[in-house]
Amino acid sequence: MKTDELVAFLAARADPVPTHTVERRIAIALGLGLPLTALLMLQTMGLRTDLVHAVAQWTFWMKLTFTASLALGGLVLIEKLSRPGVKVGFAWVAIAAPLLVVWFVAAISLFTAGPEQRLGLVLGSSWSSCTFNIAMLSVPLFISTFWCVKDLAPTRLTLTGAAAGFLSGALGALVYALHCTESAAAFLGIWYVLGMAIPTVIGAALGTRLLRW
Amino acid sequence: MDRTTQRDVRFAESESRLHELLILGLAGDSKAYHVFLKALSDHLRAYFRKRLSQRMDEVEDLVQEVLIAVHNQRHTYRMDQPFTAWVHAIARYKFIDMLRSRFSREGLTDLLDDEMELFAVSDSDAADAKRDLGKLLSTLPDKQRLPIVHLKVEGLSVVETAKLTGMSESAVKTGVHRGMKALAAKIKGIK
Repeated sequence: MKTDELVAFLAARADPVPTHTVERRIAIALGLGLPLTALLMLQTMGLRTDLVHAVAQWTFWMKLTFTASLALGGLVLIEKLSRPGVKVGFAWVAIAAPLLVVWFVAAISLFTAGPEQRLGLVLGSSWSSCTFNIAMLSVPLFISTFWCVKDLAPTRLTLTGAAAGFLSGALGALVYALHCTESAAAFLGIWYVLGMAIPTVIGAALGTRLLRW
Repeated sequence: MDRTTQRDVRFAESESRLHELLILGLAGDSKAYHVFLKALSDHLRAYFRKRLSQRMDEVEDLVQEVLIAVHNQRHTYRMDQPFTAWVHAIARYKFIDMLRSRFSREGLTDLLDDEMELFAVSDSDAADAKRDLGKLLSTLPDKQRLPIVHLKVEGLSVVETAKLTGMSESAVKTGVHRGMKALAAKIKGIK
């Protein structure tokens, strides 16, 4: 086909494009993935039985704030990476800041705790299942986010794949926090972060293959 | 100096004109959108010609590829965003995508052989100069020669060169730096 013909062909299909399409698609993807993840958590793990008491503890809210702020950072990144030519800029800070805060709090709590308590703070009672559970809960969101981003126009596929994986991991961790009874910052800083790192790494590895457009 | 200012002025003009036309197109103005796509295809053609001088048949394919991408993904354009940055990112992406698929199709050796044909094909007036450069280049080790061929002769970017050669970006940069230094020394030695 001659390029002029293609131009005429495309110009004839100049339907008005609604504004905020990108935001809307991302919202749809999360709207599909989040309930599935919540359902998966309720079916396989269940809410923590002491939820009524837990809401009175600040550690419960620390977990939610930590995971939610990381998810927000992932969301900001995805929105930027899905548009060609938009610089990521300081959006990294939105992810780095909560991580640094939790690691800082964890370091202080480990430093001030007695030597015999430290291992308990780090391992809690569920360290061996936490990371895997978060990675598992991220699966529905991982699929819906990738499906959504592929329809947009990411030009840095590995990075976008990592960001999409991270977003699904952070939201998976947010949902998992409603099941998990751990309360130490050290626990969050290690096992939660590892749980989010798994979908992040997988996303980076699959980015070039799955997000190509 | 004059040339760069002139280029800047022209750049600013096409940026604002194409931006306006695209905004109209996004609102559904088919006529403006037509003018936009036509002007864009000219820009893209010039852009790819500069980068694919030995593969003219692929230039038009890429132009069309990018036009279709611009059309299909136009919902990802943010109105307050520089238009040029958006289109350039798409054109670059499609260009690298084409290089990558050619790379996996033809394999490493074929691709490199093919690029070296640049020196084998004698192309009218500049042929002598090229052959000499080719001779000098062939004395360099691969890790200096390939970055120079891709970056300086073909005009690819560092990232693209790194992708093509499988070297890291910093290795490409050092390769070019050291290679150019070695070349300069060799040229001096001839004279």
